[in-house]
Amino acid sequence: MADLLNLKEWVAVLGQLLMFALAAPMLVAWVKRVKCVLQNRKGPSLLQPYRDLSKLLKKEVRVAHTASPLFRATPYLVFSAVLVAASTVPLLQVHLPTTALADVIVLVGFLALARFFLALAGMDVGTAFGGMGASREMLISALAEPAMLMAIFTLTMSAHSTNLSSVIQHVLDTGLLLRPSLLFALLALLLVAIAETGRIPVDNPATHLELTMVHEAMILEYSGRHLALMEWAAQIKLLLYGVLISNVFFPWGIAETATAPALAIGALAILAKLVTLGMVLAVSETLVAKMRLFRVPAFLNLAFLLGLLGMLSYVILETSL
Amino acid sequence: MNLAQLGLVEQSIFVFAALALLLSFLLLFQGRLTAMVHVFAWQGFLLALLTATVASVEHSHHLFLSAALTLMLKGLMIPWMLHRLIRKLHLERHQERLQHQALVMMAGAGLVIFSYWVVLPIARLELANTRNIVALSLAIVQLGMLLMVARRQVVAQVIGFMSMENGLFLAAVAATYGMPLVVELGIAFDVLVAAILFGVFFFHIRDSIESLDVDQLTQLSEEER
Amino acid sequence: MRVVVIPLMAISAVFAVVAGFAALQQELSLTATLPLGLPWLPWQIRLDSTSGFFLMLIGLVTLLITFYAPAYVREFESGQDSLPALGGFTGIFLAGMQMVVLADGAFAFMVSWEVMSLSSYFLVTFQHEKPENRRAGFIYLLMAHVGGLSILLGFGVMAAFGHGFAFDAMRAATLPTTWASIAFALALFGFGMKAGLLPIHAWLPEAHPVAPSHISALMSGVMLKVAVYGLLRFTWDLLGNPLWQWGVVLLLVGAASALAGVLFAMMQQDIKRLLAYSSVENIGIIFMALGLSALFSGTGHPVLATIGFVAALYHALNHAMFKSLMFLGAGAVLHASHERNLDQMGGLLRRMPWTGLFVLLGCISISALPPFNGFVSEWLTFQTALQAWTMDSGILRILLPVTAAVLALTGAIAAATFVKLYGIAFLGRARSRHARRAREVPFGMRFSLGSFSLMCLLLGIFPTQVISLLGGITNQLMGQRLAQATAHGWLWLTPVSAETASYSAPLVFAGALGIWWIAQGLLRRGRVRKIRRGDPWDCGFGMPDARMQYTAVAFAQPMRRVFSTLFDVKESIEQDKAEIPRYTLTIHDPLWYRFYLPIGRLVDASARRIVRLQSGNVRIYLGWSLATLVILLWLIS
Repeated sequence: MADLLNLKEWVAVLGQLLMFALAAPMLVAWVKRVKCVLQNRKGPSLLQPYRDLSKLLKKEVRVAHTASPLFRATPYLVFSAVLVAASTVPLLQVHLPTTALADVIVLVGFLALARFFLALAGMDVGTAFGGMGASREMLISALAEPAMLMAIFTLTMSAHSTNLSSVIQHVLDTGLLLRPSLLFALLALLLVAIAETGRIPVDNPATHLELTMVHEAMILEYSGRHLALMEWAAQIKLLLYGVLISNVFFPWGIAETATAPALAIGALAILAKLVTLGMVLAVSETLVAKMRLFRVPAFLNLAFLLGLLGMLSYVILETSL
Repeated sequence: MNLAQLGLVEQSIFVFAALALLLSFLLLFQGRLTAMVHVFAWQGFLLALLTATVASVEHSHHLFLSAALTLMLKGLMIPWMLHRLIRKLHLERHQERLQHQALVMMAGAGLVIFSYWVVLPIARLELANTRNIVALSLAIVQLGMLLMVARRQVVAQVIGFMSMENGLFLAAVAATYGMPLVVELGIAFDVLVAAILFGVFFFHIRDSIESLDVDQLTQLSEEER
Repeated sequence: MRVVVIPLMAISAVFAVVAGFAALQQELSLTATLPLGLPWLPWQIRLDSTSGFFLMLIGLVTLLITFYAPAYVREFESGQDSLPALGGFTGIFLAGMQMVVLADGAFAFMVSWEVMSLSSYFLVTFQHEKPENRRAGFIYLLMAHVGGLSILLGFGVMAAFGHGFAFDAMRAATLPTTWASIAFALALFGFGMKAGLLPIHAWLPEAHPVAPSHISALMSGVMLKVAVYGLLRFTWDLLGNPLWQWGVVLLLVGAASALAGVLFAMMQQDIKRLLAYSSVENIGIIFMALGLSALFSGTGHPVLATIGFVAALYHALNHAMFKSLMFLGAGAVLHASHERNLDQMGGLLRRMPWTGLFVLLGCISISALPPFNGFVSEWLTFQTALQAWTMDSGILRILLPVTAAVLALTGAIAAATFVKLYGIAFLGRARSRHARRAREVPFGMRFSLGSFSLMCLLLGIFPTQVISLLGGITNQLMGQRLAQATAHGWLWLTPVSAETASYSAPLVFAGALGIWWIAQGLLRRGRVRKIRRGDPWDCGFGMPDARMQYTAVAFAQPMRRVFSTLFDVKESIEQDKAEIPRYTLTIHDPLWYRFYLPIGRLVDASARRIVRLQSGNVRIYLGWSLATLVILLWLIS
């Protein structure tokens, strides 16, 4: 708690926020690029999302005349909620003052806040698509949230903490252990991340086919800088899940002290982890087809089951009787 | 017992056992028969791997033998026979939606907790490092039973039965590092014979009630409806 | 009514707040004996921290509602219902609730309890010309009596061992475990019935919606808390030292209520019924936290037990605030559009901007989203459940996280429910003429709504102050103060320790606002600031009309299908003569058929047997009386 007055720590937080915001489009571009290669297509440049964002930011905003003030406030709100959540996930170094401000449950809470407003904004203009997207998004998130918390509980049961810095430190301290509970929690969290970030097979980020879209349906009416913020927030969310999964389950390489060499190694490590994770995502998106909406509950049931099995195997196999 | 005190190889035994439990759950929810056979084969493969690992840790040669036997029978032979059976019965595209999926899942999880509770006194006996796995193996047995209750398709039920045997085998390996080889051989051939007999039975069942849906067996009841 | 009753309500509320706050902060314990009781049954009252907290809660909600009521009841002036009756019974109802929390003896408690139940019956049936209101009132009265009987029996068990009806005597008594468990079960049944726990919740979604909205707010926001108070007083104070088995029962019942409550809320189209079912959910969450507390104290972890207890109290306070806000908001909508059906609303935010804003804040709070108050209490509950690793029993170590996952599911479905409520009612476009003609409500109502939403925000941002205030209650009941939760200053909430978990609501809130401000400042500059208005794009389908919007029924459809095993859903599409298809959907509470109706039939059948006694001959009745007298005398001797 004494960290509060330490300016250096807060510079680290600001730096992390900037890195999250600036690196997020790159991850999306990377996944797209790998997918294109796998499908024998020529992919866009890795800088394409940045070009898209800057173009959108320069464009005039057009708002439906049926929209209320909530519609215009939502992009800013969603963006800041996602950034607040991102500020609590250790990126380069284990120790961040913000992890004490908000633990992992608060992180889930802020993501839920962003989703709440996203769904409301979808319903604001009064079109059929917006309501459809909102209704589906809330269903998916309702089923994903228990699975996610189950996975998180499995982690925190052994770390005895919900503070992400402490959890990562705990995993680092115990060294490499083949723990079935962590394996299951990892699998559960991967499935949840796919559902929550709207990737195949739950949602297709590239589609504008009316009846299959979820996230796109909600932001259909947005344009200009509003759309840019919404897209950007979604990209940050994907990066957030990527960093969360890679740093919690594979924390090796992350900086334990705030020295320049350690930070550099940390940056390289997280880069390597994200590149791998992005490739995994691209491969799985290439292999699997998008599901019908009513298959998604079975998918998320599986995620919950994995979380539950993680908890069970923690209790049955990993603790002394 | 603490996991951190064991070596990586011993830890991997636990991972295999936990994965075998996961595969039991997957068997429960898998709707396609061919995919079920694959999952079942993976479970046999995992068991063989686990047995081999235990054998290498404990330097017991007869366990290597039973690992090889498991791999041959449960990983390859029985799945192959089931595949052939499914092809002959023209069930390759058969798909069954499990009713009340979430309820079945909860029941399965409940069975795991129940097995844990039942096994607590056994696990307190200092049998082997792997004794905690006994709870999982009991759970695999009960999940196989649950599968036979929840599914209506005869072939699916047979796979449930076979996975029950997997659970028993796991219990033997985990609790006492395997049974005497004679017993193991006997059981293995029993299972094999059972698989062959079931195959014959399927054709008879289908001939008499023109379906492999066990709910149709109520036709055989003499009671007037 | 407006001149006399409402100022009186306000005065009483101010006194209640001041007295309650003083008692809570200074941990007073004042006793008095009112000259009301019978010679051997004195009417004792006592003001201590626990009753002070609930007294403050009652007073606070009442006080804020007094700004709302004058404008709201104006509508009834032209109606045929008697306003003096409304005012009078409201007064009696409030007095009854205040007396319940002040009572220091079973006699005073039961009398005030019945006063509360009966007066609220008359408030439920205020508009008694509608048959459904009379039906709701009947169910309410019936169940209130069954519950009251159970509480009376519970007190009877205590009195038998304590040799007296005063709470002091009961506190001193030591009960054998079996009898203590019986007393607990009776109390749980009785208070749970009042609180709306599953499966004895059936009256709640019937009775709460039909009362006038400010009364609904009082019933949902306050009366349910009085039932929670009853259970707290009975179990933690009078019985003392709860067993861990009671904790398991509370936890499971709470989890079932929370999940079922929110699922049924999701299915409702009537805005007030939706809110009533959401009360079942929130009461379930409170009971879950209480269950955790009992579990931990029964297994020898007093500090963790205190965290669970504080979470329950905190959620009780929060629920009082946001549920009152939501019911008053629903009342404002009703006032402006005369509609209770969500599918007839739409676009209200642009017609009633202030009401819309305040209800939005209420929706955020009730969906347990940070940084508002609902999140803090759920966070505390999660933190308690996550201490499951301290348990010795492996079964409990699994059970606790699983119930926490149920809580997570509940929270997420609650968010979906309130997205539905707000999105259908306040956003989009008006679906009916009434909704198009809605106008903003008068200032008094807006003021009341605004102050409730301010309370929600404050309770969310300054949890440490609230928790240190609650220390008095936990000190009284459990001998723990939860000092470590606020040990790091007012900015930090650290329920177990700083290493385990910490949450700094003020800083997080400030950070979020800061990022918002920066984003807005950077992006809304220069030429691009201009915004052009146009028709909705809608994938190029052209101007959609209001009937093409998603309705409440449509919004809930995926959820309905996924959880179809839990509901009795009947859908049908019929074509009338002009071949226009009409879609009808009815959803029933399955418990109604599987639980209540069988009981009703059983009662009917046994009544038919007993009716034989009623032969009409006076001498036979007298004979029965004589026989009863003889048997009783024989029993006593």
